Amino acid sequence: MKMIKMMMMMMIMAMVVGVALGNIVDTTCKQTPDYTLCLSLLRSDPRSSSADTVGLGLILVDKIKALGTETLGQINAAYKTKPMLKRALDECNQRYKTIVDVDVHTAITAIKGNPKFAEGAVVDAGVEASVCEGGFPKGQSPLTGLTQRMGKICDVTRAIIRMLL
Amino acid sequence: MTREVFSNIGLSLLFTLLIGNYVVDLEASHHVYERLSQSTNTESPSVNQRYRTGFHFQPPKNWMNDPNGPMIYKGIYHLFYQWNPKGAVWGNIVWAHSTSTDLINWEPHPPAIFPSEPFDINGCWSGSVTILPNGKPVILYTGIDPKNQQVQNIAEPKNISDPYLREWTKSTLNPLMAPDAVNGINASSFRDPTTAWLGQDKKWRVIIGSKINRRGLAITYTSKDFLKWEKSPEPLHYDDGSGMWECPDFFPVTRSGSKGVETSSFGEPNEIKHVLKVSLDDTKHDYYTIGTYDRVKDKFVPDSGFKMDGTAPRYDYGKYYASKTFYDSAKSRRILWGWTNESSSVDDDVEKGWSGIQTIPRKIWLDRSGKQLIQWPVREVKGLRTKEVKNLRNEVLKSGSRLEVSGVTAAQADVEVLFKVRGLEKADVIDPSWTDPQLICSQMNVSVKSSFGPFGLMVLASKNLEEYTSVYFRIFKARQNSGKFVVVMCSDQSRSSLEEDNDKTTYGAFVDINPYKPIPLRALIDHSVVESFGGKGRACITSRVYPKLAIGKSSHLFAFNYGSQSVDVLNLNAWSMNSAQIS
Repeated sequence: MKMIKMMMMMMIMAMVVGVALGNIVDTTCKQTPDYTLCLSLLRSDPRSSSADTVGLGLILVDKIKALGTETLGQINAAYKTKPMLKRALDECNQRYKTIVDVDVHTAITAIKGNPKFAEGAVVDAGVEASVCEGGFPKGQSPLTGLTQRMGKICDVTRAIIRMLL
Repeated sequence: MTREVFSNIGLSLLFTLLIGNYVVDLEASHHVYERLSQSTNTESPSVNQRYRTGFHFQPPKNWMNDPNGPMIYKGIYHLFYQWNPKGAVWGNIVWAHSTSTDLINWEPHPPAIFPSEPFDINGCWSGSVTILPNGKPVILYTGIDPKNQQVQNIAEPKNISDPYLREWTKSTLNPLMAPDAVNGINASSFRDPTTAWLGQDKKWRVIIGSKINRRGLAITYTSKDFLKWEKSPEPLHYDDGSGMWECPDFFPVTRSGSKGVETSSFGEPNEIKHVLKVSLDDTKHDYYTIGTYDRVKDKFVPDSGFKMDGTAPRYDYGKYYASKTFYDSAKSRRILWGWTNESSSVDDDVEKGWSGIQTIPRKIWLDRSGKQLIQWPVREVKGLRTKEVKNLRNEVLKSGSRLEVSGVTAAQADVEVLFKVRGLEKADVIDPSWTDPQLICSQMNVSVKSSFGPFGLMVLASKNLEEYTSVYFRIFKARQNSGKFVVVMCSDQSRSSLEEDNDKTTYGAFVDINPYKPIPLRALIDHSVVESFGGKGRACITSRVYPKLAIGKSSHLFAFNYGSQSVDVLNLNAWSMNSAQIS
């Protein structure tokens, strides 16, 4: 009987803790410009259930890296399907390489001890994506969905990093 | 032939032996730097360097941020600075080092402090110099330890008779101050030790920036011997809601006059006031408050009207951060250094191979009103003025007019102008809700006409004004039938460049001057930086711009007045500036 009581208490405690931790994601995302996006990004990563704010920020920086890499792939493909857009694609290639190789690295290095530099890097990632998109003649960008998504993820990530300042 | 070869080998061996004798065993601390310097290309980037400054301090390449440990020692000025040997973004930070005899021309030296011990293996972050009573300078700096915790370390000159103080040794007692379970200090928010000062009890005090949740604070440590430090139970000062306090600075100023005083100075409030300054992580600006130092309780008490948060006055209303002062004992002045980062994208920075400059050092002193600090570029910068000067006197700028200031190198110039307005009863009344000068400036660009203003300068302008940066004034009445006026100074970068990816935020500040008197404006223009001083240093705004057309010889300078009332230019002087040896 005592055993069952103990086990029940432990289960309840685990549930409470689990709910509490899950709530960190919830309360954090409520403070970002896109609650739904934030939730879906974080919940898709198992690390989020036990992460602190720095950890949540790092998860999102990972998402920036993944999206950036995916976009670079799309840029590569577009060289063949849309050769007349070469110039704009070159610009995007360079800008997205900066996102993936430089901004992401700076954000990871700085987020724990000097978060303002991580914030700057994430803001820059949004700028680079925006400049890339702006380089195409109106309506001709093959990357619009991806660059817009990058902008949104950067906004959410920035909001979380700002909680560390 | 064999004999020649043998004798060559013999000579080489002898040579090597001799050299080996004189090349002393490198200390472990130098090995890390040797590896770093070998791995980095030491050539300056040469491609397309249209934005590098002519006379503002910057290293030949890579990223720079905070100025560290400025001082004067044996007549030589020292500047250390946060520098990344590996690239044009923040990271791998070391203390780079340069010296000067005039604060304008600089000679580089090898980095003075770089990761070498557990207490700084992950970074050598910002800190300050304290000159001990025996004249020896020591450095306190933040090191990042193997667990990525922020700790405070000491370094002293290896060879005190080297006037350049090129080498520094770190005490084996480091870290001298560290977060632990007892003191409860937040290990990722404990950095930037200030210059220390001596208390009445002959004990040293130093403050370190920190935070607890949203409370920013200056943690005080005391010491008798500068090695063993004890945390005070209370911080020197704190503020709830301001967030992390970076780069604190705490120093005395004379109540009257513009002379500086030594950091440990103390006096009655009619003689000596104290200034506390912080860099707020949250807003990326530097703020200061004026008050008194309670020596008994070791507390800073801001004067009424001052609160150490984002409402406090700023040194500079543009791009300016991580600033730090030092007492120049040679010329009895307090000098302020400040870091200005880039307004270009990271992609641009990586391409051009560098990022970050320092502003021209400023003399700083308390205004006679006691309500603000005044800053003015050190007079040594005038030494760069060439004989090539344009002078205008008593010109009237009618409404809607522009006057080109030709005959000087508009991309590298020093301009001082004195405006006079008449008929101030015609000034527009300011909307009482306009309490933020930055918003006033960004919502009313130069095409918006006031009675008085916008009038000022257009700098780094292209011939047909496709690009220009405008620095100007607007004058408003405080209230309908008031004899009081509000003067706003703006630095407008919105049209500064055809490039899309720049940060073109507009900056603004109120200038506490009487518009019945002549209105002064000075601008130091240097390719991609404009430092503007309104009211003889009562309002300062630094901005970064990257024109594509208005570069080099294609850069122009105009005085302008787009307000509806005319404005007199009592006097305008524009000098072409020589380049300094900046690195």
